[in-house]
Amino acid sequence: MKSVLRRLGLDGRSVVTAVPYLWLLLFFLIPFVIVLKISFSTSQIAMPPYEPLLHWAGDKVLQIKLNLGNFAFLVEDNLYWKAYLNSIWVASVSTFFCLLLGYPIAYAIARSNPSARNILMLLIVLPFWTSFLLRVYAWIGILKNNGLLNNFLIWIGAIDQPIQMLQTDFAVYIGIVYSYLPFMILPLYANLEKMDLTLLEAAADLGCRPWQGFMKITLPLSLPGVRAGCLLVFIPAVGEFVIPSLLGDPGMLMIGKVLWTEFFNNRDWPVASAVAIVLLLFLVVPMMYFQRAQDAEAGGVHR
Amino acid sequence: MATSPRATQQKFEPWTDPDAKPYVRIEKVTKKFGDFIAVDDVSLSIYKKEIFCLLGASGCGKTTLLRILAGFERPTSGRIFIDGVDMTSIPPYERPVNMMFQSYAIFPHMTVEQNVAFGLKQERLQKGEIESRVTDMLNLVKLGQFAKRKPHQLSGGQRQRVALARSLVKKPKLLLLDEPLAALDKKLREHTQFELINIQETLGVTFVVVTHDQEEAMTLSTRIGLMNHGEIVQVGTPSEIYEYPNSRFVSEFIGSVNTFEGRLVEDEPSYVRIGCDDLEAPIYVDHGVSSAPGATVWAAIRPEKITISREKPDATDNWASAVVQDIAYMGDMSIYLLRLDSGKVVRVTQPNIYRHAEDRITWEERVYLQWYPESPVVVTK
Repeated sequence: MKSVLRRLGLDGRSVVTAVPYLWLLLFFLIPFVIVLKISFSTSQIAMPPYEPLLHWAGDKVLQIKLNLGNFAFLVEDNLYWKAYLNSIWVASVSTFFCLLLGYPIAYAIARSNPSARNILMLLIVLPFWTSFLLRVYAWIGILKNNGLLNNFLIWIGAIDQPIQMLQTDFAVYIGIVYSYLPFMILPLYANLEKMDLTLLEAAADLGCRPWQGFMKITLPLSLPGVRAGCLLVFIPAVGEFVIPSLLGDPGMLMIGKVLWTEFFNNRDWPVASAVAIVLLLFLVVPMMYFQRAQDAEAGGVHR
Repeated sequence: MATSPRATQQKFEPWTDPDAKPYVRIEKVTKKFGDFIAVDDVSLSIYKKEIFCLLGASGCGKTTLLRILAGFERPTSGRIFIDGVDMTSIPPYERPVNMMFQSYAIFPHMTVEQNVAFGLKQERLQKGEIESRVTDMLNLVKLGQFAKRKPHQLSGGQRQRVALARSLVKKPKLLLLDEPLAALDKKLREHTQFELINIQETLGVTFVVVTHDQEEAMTLSTRIGLMNHGEIVQVGTPSEIYEYPNSRFVSEFIGSVNTFEGRLVEDEPSYVRIGCDDLEAPIYVDHGVSSAPGATVWAAIRPEKITISREKPDATDNWASAVVQDIAYMGDMSIYLLRLDSGKVVRVTQPNIYRHAEDRITWEERVYLQWYPESPVVVTK
């Protein structure tokens, strides 16, 4: 084995570092190139349902036919714009509520008794032991008209008639916030837990009341955790498909649902691919911002 | 303010003046953590412009006492007065006290300037005043050109000065320093000690310093409060603590010492004679001891107060014979470990006055030790 590697000019170190590159090549770059290729082709009723990009025209001529129409279509038909904007809106609102709920939870766990911390964090991660799909189905049982929540509200006399909760935006927000909350809490907890608490004593010593110490010291120092948590929630929430289709209004425009419809109902692979490429661009922008912020942070804190 | 600091320092002994009012008064303070008594019934008076060192081994309660002064811990019982005002239940952010933390606790997301200005901004001072006070303070600690740097771009010594500037810029009535020099290397530490004293004299702020390093306590302080198991064992000037320890613990904690256990054989108001099993001759001390005759006492003699010679001394008291067991040449002085006939090893230091003494005392030689009647200190506990 060793001699084979050596003959190829590889040592153990380069093999180990090659693994993530190989992984990304196989499962990200190659699929991405395929999708990119399809997004520039033209739909046809055939197998596969799109025309090839490269066409041998004979007489030593290789034709490349790039169809920009798919992207033009996305701009012309305002359905797509609405779907993108609505997805970003839903993801933003969900991220905001995740932060609103997740920060106090992460803070409380990070400041709790060290022996209690591990148990509390275990409880945060515990729902992952059940399938994501099952947990979303469980919400149907809770939110439907004769479900747990409505029955409870009627029982305590708060309402007479059940409230329509399932198949509303409200249900989608509940589903997304519930499902993605641990992704907000985990990076926030990791950040808050390692904070040096003497900094807060120093702030108090210099005249800060406890809440001022929080605003001026804890909050600014936890921003990397806030950024990481927000991206971990926002990015998957933008493309979310399962939660809006199970809990939301069937008419709710989400880009994940549009993509699914284009692909499976309309069998228009090129347009579906173009939708995916544009979605990726929407996600790359916040990701690059995150990367840059992290680089600035790494330049700021030497370890 | 026309007098030089040196002149004022020589006369600076407010604790000997019965009319002087203490600036910081610690009254019967006890702090318990569960069953553990961290600070045990401590009473102390600290005067304005003092550098008072709380000295002790780790876990002796000195840091807890400092944190009580800062307001981070509430005493279980007892009271704290600063400048006549009861501070016992005042939270840290309302005390006219600032602290320099052992870890420095510099805010990593702020520049040097912002760190120093932080406390002044909390006071909501005018922008112009904040700027001028920050600039003055940074110049005082020689960090003027580093104002825009972030903490991670500074060396350990510079960070220490940021922490000092940040706590001094608020002009506190009392500055608390928790092991201020512990994180610096030896050279820098010595240099910084004198810088600290200069800054303290310039600003006239009262310092309370916690340290486990006796050398640091000796150079910095006007007075030392030596702590053990949560109690103050002795309070005094560095020379009082060194030359007149009140117990074996103090004499052995500060510097090195040879302690001889013995009994009082002669007990007069002006002198005592102590019979000691380890020595052929009795120890004669030129001061009285308040103890019953025949009681067990300890005579403590510092290594530098013993002389060595080859001739047998012609005296009835204060000598011993021994064999040289070990010699350590330190440059400025040599340390001799001398074995008495009883087996007890005595430590003696001699300054190396001559550059090359050909006839130096050497290993396994028989020598005689001698000391003056005023050299030993007799302690009864």
